[in-house]
Parts: sequence; structure tokens; C-alpha cells
Amino acid sequence: MLDIAVAYNRYKFLGNEFLTWLWFIIETDQNRLRQYDPDLVSLNIGSRMVLENTRNNAKETVTIKGQDADLEEGLLALKKGSVVTEIHLSYKAGDQHWQFNLKGESLNISNLKLPETGPVETPEDFEGAVIEKTYLIEKVIGLVNNLFSHFIKLRVSSEWRNQTVSRIRKWASS
Amino acid sequence: MGLLSSRISITRYKVSGRLDGSVHEIVYKALKKHAIPEIEDDGSEAMVGWTSFEYPYAPDFEGYSFVFGAHMVFALRIDKKSIPPKLVQKHYSLEVAKHLADTGRQFLSGNEKKAIKEHVVNTLGRRIPAVPNVYDLVWHYKDSSLWFFSNLKSANEALETLFIKSFGFPLIRLFPYTTGNLIAGLSDSERDLLSKLAPSQSEE
Repeated sequence: MLDIAVAYNRYKFLGNEFLTWLWFIIETDQNRLRQYDPDLVSLNIGSRMVLENTRNNAKETVTIKGQDADLEEGLLALKKGSVVTEIHLSYKAGDQHWQFNLKGESLNISNLKLPETGPVETPEDFEGAVIEKTYLIEKVIGLVNNLFSHFIKLRVSSEWRNQTVSRIRKWASS
Repeated sequence: MGLLSSRISITRYKVSGRLDGSVHEIVYKALKKHAIPEIEDDGSEAMVGWTSFEYPYAPDFEGYSFVFGAHMVFALRIDKKSIPPKLVQKHYSLEVAKHLADTGRQFLSGNEKKAIKEHVVNTLGRRIPAVPNVYDLVWHYKDSSLWFFSNLKSANEALETLFIKSFGFPLIRLFPYTTGNLIAGLSDSERDLLSKLAPSQSEE
């Protein structure tokens, strides 16, 4: 395997393409997401998205913020060749709700808000709370790993080049 | 900065090694050996070590208290002394004035100024307490995975350094390439294709 620092910089575009693909799938094919996560009720764009265009040796950043923000600006940026570099997601499974930021280049999760858990009032509650929180975090990490695994298999296939890229472009222009 | 916070940040790692023998006992010994020192070293600017998740300011790993179900949960603690620049400037100016008065000279050489500054920083460093920062982690030994509850570059680098020193094998940070290569279930030929990928835009 490549040197870690070299690999991080050389392939960070993959994370940005992953988030761009994820936005496309969220908007066009929720059923496909359910195949990736049988417990999934919905996965939606939350309150923040950052796009970057590094074409023509210039860096242009578009940030969209706010609950129920209009994503038209983002689609316009996509049409001009931008990719999504950061996304805030709202994930529902069963009757539970998670919210978190996902960064393309690192796949780091930040600002993760877990579903409500019971209060820790006694020392006996403590171990239970740790195990419950761990389980709830595992759900999000499992979702991200699962989505990325499907993306990367698609990304190395000819389907990506022959079909997916043009589908994403068509959707962004529609 | 932790597992029980209302807002959580996570950096994911693959643990690239296995322990020989009783896992909990080996981890217990390594945590004790590399625990954050209880007494502050007066000279060093920062101290890094393991601490316990439940009692981060009084590390205690007895009774395998870091084991929670199938996971091991403990924390990295970085105690750092941070001297405000304005405080350094104040004491430096006072020290320079005293030195000039004592020697009856008008100016100090560059080397003298440097020595006075170092003396001021060292003296203040001994008087100012270190500020502790605690970063929890969850180690899923069976899955060879580890979650570190911070995205801070300096904290992640400190974790990677202390982990290999403590357990003898490295952590591999999971970002797009390593996630694809190590945990996405790609075949050998798919991994070859992965290493040859270029941005879609440039493939037009």
C-alpha cells in the first residue's frame, strides 16, 4: 500500500466524489439506500453543504447553510464542475434520528448528534450508557462504511464512467 | 471531546496488528506503563499519556475497568502548558530592564536577549499549570477497528505515536483511499483499479 500521507492527498478526490454521488442518490433513489441499510427510514441532506470547484487552477467554494435550505445554488455549482466536499446528513432508522457532518477528503465525522438516551443517574447506569452510545455510533459508522463500500465498487467499475457520471450530470442540469 | 458528549467528532482507524496472549492483561499493562504522569514534569511543555475513561484526572485501569462489553474504552490525555505571549513579553521587558540596570549598559546583545527570553519562558513554564485535554477512544479488538473522538490533527498524531509505542503496531487512519483499500471488500483486481483512479473531471 502507498505511503499514508501520499495516499491521503492523491486520493482525497474520491471522498468528494463520494459525497457528490451520495447527494445524487439521496435525491433520486431512496430505495437504493434502503438496500444498503435495511433499517433505513430516510437519509436526507441536513442543514449544511460545502462545494468546491478547483478547475482552471482556481478554488471556488460555495457554502449552503440553514434548515430546509434551497440547494439550487449547489446544483448550479455542480453544473459548473464543483464537487461536494462536506455534507450535513439527517439519518433516520426505526424511530431514531441521527445528524452528522461528513467530510469528503478524510471521511471524518463531526458534530454527530445521537438519538436521545436515558440519563445516567447511578454507577450501574454508566456501563449501560457507554454500551448504548457505542451501539448508536456504530449505526452511523456502519452506514458510512456501507455507503462508501458500494460507491467505491461502482467507482472502479466501467458503469461509473459509462453511465453514472452522465446520470449525475443530467440530474444536476434538470 | 468524548463518547458521552452531546456532539461527537470521530476519526476512524484500522488497527494493524494483534496482541499475543491475554488481550485485556496486555492492554492493562501497556496503559499503566504509558499512563499520563500524576506529577507534572516542571520542564516539559506538554505531557501525553493514557488515562481512564471514567476518571480522566485520576487514571485507574484496575480490574480491567476499561472493558465495556465487547469494547475497550479509555482516553488519551494531553496536558499542555500554554503561556500567553503578552505575559512572556511583560516578564521579558522587566528582566531586560533589570539586566541593563544591574550592568549599567545601554544595550544587550542578541544572544543575551535570547538567553533572557528562554529564562523567562522556563520560569513561567514552571509556575503555570498544564491544561489537560482528554480525548476518548473505543477499541473494537475483534474488528481491528478504533474510533478516536477528535478530528484535531495534533491529537490524532499524538494518538498514533503513543499507540505504536504502547502496543507495538500502528494505527491506520481510515480516509477514502485506506477505507477503499482495507475495509470495502474490494478484490485484488479492484484494488489495482483503485490505485489507478484519477478525478472524474479529468477523465472527460
